[in-house]
Amino acid sequence: MKFKIYRYNPDKDAAPYMQEYDLKFEAGDAMLLDALMMLREQDDSLGFRKSCREGVCGSDAMNINGRNGLACVTPLSSLKQPIEIRPLPGLPVIRDLIVDMSQFFKQYHSIKPYLVNNDPPPETERLQSPKDRAELDGLYECILCGCCTTSCPSFWWNPDKFVGPAGLLQAYRFIADTRDQATSERLDNLEDPYRLFRCHTIMNCADVCPKELNPTEAIGKIKDMMVKRIV
Amino acid sequence: MLNRVVTGAHYGLRDWLVQRITAVVMVLFVLFVVGDLLLQPRVDYDVWTRLFSSNVMRSFALLFLLSLFYHAWIGVRDIVMDYINLASVRLLVHVVVIFALLMYSIWSVQILWGF
Repeated sequence: MKFKIYRYNPDKDAAPYMQEYDLKFEAGDAMLLDALMMLREQDDSLGFRKSCREGVCGSDAMNINGRNGLACVTPLSSLKQPIEIRPLPGLPVIRDLIVDMSQFFKQYHSIKPYLVNNDPPPETERLQSPKDRAELDGLYECILCGCCTTSCPSFWWNPDKFVGPAGLLQAYRFIADTRDQATSERLDNLEDPYRLFRCHTIMNCADVCPKELNPTEAIGKIKDMMVKRIV
Repeated sequence: MLNRVVTGAHYGLRDWLVQRITAVVMVLFVLFVVGDLLLQPRVDYDVWTRLFSSNVMRSFALLFLLSLFYHAWIGVRDIVMDYINLASVRLLVHVVVIFALLMYSIWSVQILWGF
């Protein structure tokens, strides 16, 4: 099994380079992460993040054969060889496949990803009707792996100003929450040519999302609410 | 000036909406003109001038052109915002594009009502 993996150690290398690996391994139903773990046994300098190994933590997002995805839920049998692995595009590389996600989380924090409700907390939880709760389906499942945001050209060009698909999906997750009382402030916060309107609906985000969520649709709903607010 | 990232201009929605509305106007006009010309047995100067001789058609054409210019302004501005990093250069390009589009608008009126 042949691999071409992006390598860069800023302490030692002048520039990034692609390293070739050959792994004697019968893929079967194994995932890409299994192969990476075996490669790391051969070469312990290979850097990548991983944790839950089942598509829940979002640590091992990387660019696999030109497409962002989670190594732990990408079957090896689905990949054309040599399997080319690069770090997520558009973010600074710390080492090999490890990227600095600060900018990504800065944008996530900018949309206030928590419930804003000024009523005194009830004795038990704030209950929702099943119908209201269903509005959050397809939004709350996001694991913040960064596959969508780093596949978005608008984020590549304006990572400091455009919130990006993951942040906007989360913004809509709180706008859609009936327990949240800050809808209007949230819309104000996004009414900006850079923060929201850099999205030109090219849908790379929905295409790569490993949880099969649709940030483009959520962004469209934010725009719809803004239109509803002014007409 | 402080080197801070600033956002929060509180516009964007109107332009996004106008871009969609102007697109619809342009589609309607193109369908109408292409449809009308397809129905003609032949297309020559006479057919073309007759089509544009009524004020209704001229107004529709002007509406189309103004839609085109506004649509173009939003599109060009979006590209400029992505690719020109220096705010002063961005402003300069914005002004040049706006003046050019205003001139085209005046010119369009001249062309449509000037023959």
